[in-house]
Amino acid sequence: MNTESKHLLKLSGIDKRFPGVHALKSVDFELDSGECVALLGENGAGKSTLIKVIGGAHQADSGFLSIGGENQNWIKPTDSLDAGVAIIYQEFNLVPGLSAVENIFLGIEPADFGWVRRGEEKEKAQEVFSRIGAKINPNALCDTLTVAEKQLVEIAKALVRDARILVMDEPSAALTQKEVEQLYLLIDDLKQKGIGIVYVSHRLEEIERVADRAIIMRDGARVGELSREGLDRSKIIEMMVGRKLDNEFPQQNRIPGHIRLKAKGLNYGSKVRNVSLDVRSGEILALTGLVGAGRTETVRLLFGADLADSGEIELDGEKLVLRKPSDAIDAGICLLTEDRKDQGLVLGQSIQQNFGLPNLKKFSNNGWIDGLAESKSFSEYVEKLQIKVSGHQQLAAQLSGGNQQKVVLAKWLERNAEIIIFDEPTRGIDVGAKFEIYQWMNQLAMAGKGIVMISSELPEVLGMSDRILVMKEGELMGELNNGPEVSQETLMALAIGGKQEKAA
Amino acid sequence: MKWIKKIFSSDYGMLGVLVILCVFFSWITLEEQQPEGEEAAEKLDQLIKGTFDQPGRVLIAGRKTDSGEAFTFHLNELLLGAGWEVIGVVQGGPPELGRGLRSSLEPNKSLDLVACEQSFVKLAVLQNFLNAQSQISKLKVMSPQPFHWPNFLKTSNLLNVANQIAVIAILAIGMTLVIITAGIDLSVGSLIAISAVLATWIIREWFGGDEATVAGMVTACGLAILACSALGLFSGSMIAFFGVPPFVATLGMMMIGSGLAYMLSGGLSVYQLPDSFESLGRGDDIAGIPNAVILMIFLYFLAHIIMGRTTVGRYIYAVGGNPEAARLSGVPVKKILLWVYSGCGALAGLGGVIMASQFKSGDPKYGLMYELYVIAAVVVGGTSLSGGRGKVFGTLIGAFIIAVIQNGMNLTGVQSYTQKVVLGLVLLLAVLVDMLKKRGWKLSL
Repeated sequence: MNTESKHLLKLSGIDKRFPGVHALKSVDFELDSGECVALLGENGAGKSTLIKVIGGAHQADSGFLSIGGENQNWIKPTDSLDAGVAIIYQEFNLVPGLSAVENIFLGIEPADFGWVRRGEEKEKAQEVFSRIGAKINPNALCDTLTVAEKQLVEIAKALVRDARILVMDEPSAALTQKEVEQLYLLIDDLKQKGIGIVYVSHRLEEIERVADRAIIMRDGARVGELSREGLDRSKIIEMMVGRKLDNEFPQQNRIPGHIRLKAKGLNYGSKVRNVSLDVRSGEILALTGLVGAGRTETVRLLFGADLADSGEIELDGEKLVLRKPSDAIDAGICLLTEDRKDQGLVLGQSIQQNFGLPNLKKFSNNGWIDGLAESKSFSEYVEKLQIKVSGHQQLAAQLSGGNQQKVVLAKWLERNAEIIIFDEPTRGIDVGAKFEIYQWMNQLAMAGKGIVMISSELPEVLGMSDRILVMKEGELMGELNNGPEVSQETLMALAIGGKQEKAA
Repeated sequence: MKWIKKIFSSDYGMLGVLVILCVFFSWITLEEQQPEGEEAAEKLDQLIKGTFDQPGRVLIAGRKTDSGEAFTFHLNELLLGAGWEVIGVVQGGPPELGRGLRSSLEPNKSLDLVACEQSFVKLAVLQNFLNAQSQISKLKVMSPQPFHWPNFLKTSNLLNVANQIAVIAILAIGMTLVIITAGIDLSVGSLIAISAVLATWIIREWFGGDEATVAGMVTACGLAILACSALGLFSGSMIAFFGVPPFVATLGMMMIGSGLAYMLSGGLSVYQLPDSFESLGRGDDIAGIPNAVILMIFLYFLAHIIMGRTTVGRYIYAVGGNPEAARLSGVPVKKILLWVYSGCGALAGLGGVIMASQFKSGDPKYGLMYELYVIAAVVVGGTSLSGGRGKVFGTLIGAFIIAVIQNGMNLTGVQSYTQKVVLGLVLLLAVLVDMLKKRGWKLSL
């Protein structure tokens, strides 16, 4: 098909839609052997979808994918492996109870009539380990290996399968500085051997170190490419965030009041490090940063969903002891989780039952549920929030994202919460419902409640909030009062690193 | 195919299956039935009044059984009331009938009718007598008309089905709750043994064995149920606080429970019990319905109301449907798990007490493999093993499906080994339907 070039990997015009989302918009991508290409983009820019297409986990709706000039048409997940593509996801694909060598040969064991030639396996594994400079006991259970070691096992697994294309998704995320250095050396070495590498990362300094080129994505489309020489922080940020700020946010006009919720020195493992924040009455506080920056983990501490290792939380001047979510709920703090399906709703129950769940004390006498009162109260919210339902007994699973979010909002409004935490409130929600949810956030703020909004959407952060906190790797990188001088670039610069720009 | 899907998709879809099974077994056990007792007497009375214009002289004959005596007694009253002259009532077999017939021969007075049960009609002694008398009188022999009715649908058989399944059905209430929380309880069979042994042991050791008073027996049974509830609470706390998988926690309790029952009883039955101890398991104080069945029905209504109308019920569904969402909504997830497992233990304890009462003894071998039948009843009743979905009355239907299949196969003489195979297939079918239901009736091979 391709006569003009024999790229190791070439994608042309890859298009992929999910219900409600145009995830990839005619994306082109090429990789030569012995080359390392960095793939950059904001959350939701389409990087993950793209690597899943490369790995055969998703099939493109249209477009071509060729390897060494040959068009590929993958059906089974193992087809891509056979074609020489190996993907190393952040969450490793290793069986914890099997040893390193067993994992490496999983599915391709050398065997005679079902009897595995263990000696041969071990020999080969050791050979691969020495090739990549890994000092790992082949018989060690994967459970017992460190993150870096697991990564090496994954790489060995790919090499044993003669992979020519290696896709690494945020490979440095959980590594120490020293381990990262070793990873760079290994990547250089693999490049020497003619393997093409796709390197997905947020960390600019890493990309400067390992990548020959960087391809930048935004909103599902490829927006640009920079050569190694042209890699420049401000240029990359500009390309990543160049999203238009239009009039999708309702007007707001409010003056925040006194401090209501105060958190001091929160710590939770390595996910949340010494985070302190205030939430004022009548304000929307945005918490932004890249995925994995520790935003969700922080608000889970405020909600008592996880127990902080240390730190104090005060509401209206009173110290709170939060052992479980119901403690926070009783105090007047509520959380609208990012993942409505897994954490926000009981999908198999009716929406009225979901609405009633935190409010049953109110709707019951001595344990007997007053279904009529519950239904009556829910009716008011259905009307007020304009939730589109066929009836109160409709299953939560059958609602659209926007209406599900409204049901969750209704259950907390009925609970009369004082501090309302929205984690990615508009993810997966259509534009119309988005606007309504924004209006509700503004109204709640106007009513004197304290609102915390986690969002990765920088326009949303700028359009909705009074104050902005930016997190990176569990730490607060900066606090900004929202205003015309704050731009998406400022936020992104803080989110991807470099406290030096904090002055902005 | 559409209507099949529709039936299975509804909450009580298995009710249709139960009805089909009942119709099937009714059809294949349809047989000629002889009326019995008072009913037979009434039918025969009608028949006699239809045949004779005016009353005459009659000899009544019935077997020497309860129903035979009821027949003769009742018929005697009816015919006397209608002006007949009853010259004799025979109770027994051919010799008694012969004697009765001979003594009925009085000069100048003819015998008009021998009214007897069906089994007497063909007796040689009666036929010979008839032949001898045929020239001189118009003696008739009448017996109640037989009718067609399925053995399966006899009241006695239906009550038998209900009584036999009562223990399993009561246990299955608790199991339904456990399975709705996405758990399982393997220990219920062992808890039956513990409860049966403990209750009877307490009656023997503390309350004087067969001299025990009602208050003593009630106390003993209460303590046994409480003990089982505590063991369930223990399993529940392993699950709620330490995250032990329910399968493992209750497997352990299953072994512990069985061992404890043997230890307590020394491996022997405890049978030193007063006769009145049987009244729970064998009595039928209200309208002839066994007490255990009445208790079962009461508990099902109670459980249905709890699951549908109370906060606890709502929380149980929420915990099973999505434990994380429930926790983040402020549901006391751990408390609910404790409640459910201790409730399941208490119901198993009650089942053990009923069984001890049915057999009038406590034996550590009781309840063996019951957990499997109980789980089967719940699953057949449409409760999803993945939690969050299910109805207690579905379970009752499931229990009855199992009982009806067993009973129907007993009536038609199917071997017990074959019965097991059939029950296993029914269980697999039920799970298959559940899976298909969840996948929207699509097969993925």
